[in-house]
Amino acid sequence: MTLLETCGLRLELGGKVLCDGLDLEMGSGETWVILGANGSGKTTLLHTLAGLRGPDAGQVRLDGRDIRTLSPRTTALRRGVLLQETESGLAASVLQTVLTGRHPHHPAWGWETAADHRTAAAALAAVDLDGFAGRPLTTLSGGERRRVEIAALLAQDTPICLLDEPTNHLDLRFQVKVLELMTRLAAKPGHLSVMVLHDVNLALRFCSHGLLLAGGHHRHGRLETILDTDALEWIYSCPFREAGTNGQRVFLPA
Amino acid sequence: MRRAGATPFLLALVPLSLLFAVTSGSVHLGWTAVWHALTGRAPALDATIVWRLRLPRAGAAFAVGALLSLSGALLQVLLRNPLADPYVLGVSGGAAVAALASMLLGLGSAWVGLNAFLGSLTSMAVVFGLSRLRGPWTQTRLLLTGVVVAAGWGAAINFMLAISPGSDVQGMLFWLIGDLSFANHAVWAYATLAAGLLMSLPLARSLNLYARGELAAASLGVRIGLVRTIVYVLASVMTASAVMLAGSVGFVGLIIPHLLRLLGDSDYRRLIPDSALLGGSFLVVCDTLARSALAPMQLPVGVVTALLGVPVFLALLTRARVP
Repeated sequence: MTLLETCGLRLELGGKVLCDGLDLEMGSGETWVILGANGSGKTTLLHTLAGLRGPDAGQVRLDGRDIRTLSPRTTALRRGVLLQETESGLAASVLQTVLTGRHPHHPAWGWETAADHRTAAAALAAVDLDGFAGRPLTTLSGGERRRVEIAALLAQDTPICLLDEPTNHLDLRFQVKVLELMTRLAAKPGHLSVMVLHDVNLALRFCSHGLLLAGGHHRHGRLETILDTDALEWIYSCPFREAGTNGQRVFLPA
Repeated sequence: MRRAGATPFLLALVPLSLLFAVTSGSVHLGWTAVWHALTGRAPALDATIVWRLRLPRAGAAFAVGALLSLSGALLQVLLRNPLADPYVLGVSGGAAVAALASMLLGLGSAWVGLNAFLGSLTSMAVVFGLSRLRGPWTQTRLLLTGVVVAAGWGAAINFMLAISPGSDVQGMLFWLIGDLSFANHAVWAYATLAAGLLMSLPLARSLNLYARGELAAASLGVRIGLVRTIVYVLASVMTASAVMLAGSVGFVGLIIPHLLRLLGDSDYRRLIPDSALLGGSFLVVCDTLARSALAPMQLPVGVVTALLGVPVFLALLTRARVP
């Protein structure tokens, strides 16, 4: 079952073509990784998939319908977005931030219910932040704040998750933990995760499908079949070598 | 799942501040005299003082304080800048130029007020138009446009102060600092306040999301273009109405929302009504002190807001954990 697809998608930024004629079908139970060098258009593509930005040609279809025809709230009930960086201008507590994830589930006015608070508490527990609910965001470390953002996404409780560098600021243990969490979610029927990662080896370990972007061109398919040293050298313009440990392929920049 | 928060306490503060305003002044009225005047059993002089002088002025002060602090709370989240106040985008500058020009031409106080209102709306339209001239606005672009337009108005104000005859300058300074001496007819201000509250309260939860950034809010289903247009227009019209009554009273719009945040009100569903209540009561108290502290001399209320507000705010700030 296809949840999210692109038809003849063309993206441009600052006069540069990031991709053209992109036809993707992302289906239930899949975890996609978008790999590409800095400035290759990964974030722009993710925002377009999320409906936060319009395509320069072609369309993005969510549940078979052009995403631009859906209301922001309908979209927010189907897909959640973890942004690469978030602002922290005005004071807010951890709990308040996580509860913002419940926004699309309610009409415009009103207060969150006891059930929302239980959802938020469970989301905080899932990223090991029990007991942080009352803390002001400003007293948290960068990695802890990243986990609060992830908890807000979990509280939004959407079948489709779009993650822009979810492992940013996280230590090694939480990089693995968060990716395990997200791939376990995506493996459920009717669910899908799409993420931008820079760690090729984590991508190989956790993701089923891949989209590679380089110089306005793209390749996509099952990750283990499209990813090899040639593909990586095409993306990153530097030599790679392949190693193997316990049957798991590992790539290292040579 | 909502806590009561500070709202009941702030609601109780409103009648207390009004009582303080009505009892204080050159003619001291006790609580019983005020009670008799309110229930129509007082001598004519007391009734005149309460009904014709002190209550209308206190009512106007409340409306101005409520409008300014609500407008400040809205602009702080719109620009996601804790330093934003109702005047940061030049609304008061446009008003001041129109008001001072009216004084220079010798127009009456009603014209000064009306022209101040029109001047602020003109400034609002100019800033809004310029910041959207090429493509959609960003908050940095809006803020820069507003600050630069405000600087332009500032130059015009200084020019008029420099060429005005000495006798006019004191009136102009009072207007610029903020003064409620001529503020009696607050019907329009209350209408604006009611409209502002009714239109901003349904947006309160969207504004909580907005504090996480525009993109994050958009990803959670907020129509950000609509929300920021409504918030910008509301904040500007509320500021214009306040300035029309009292000149550019400083400090209230910046400090009251932050005071409430320091007391734990960062949720806009509480911050919106609480800003209006505390801002209103605060300005009633300040205005009462302004007209009675050095009586028979009258101070412009803008002097008192800062004199009273700065120590209170600093005391809270140094004790708080949250910046």
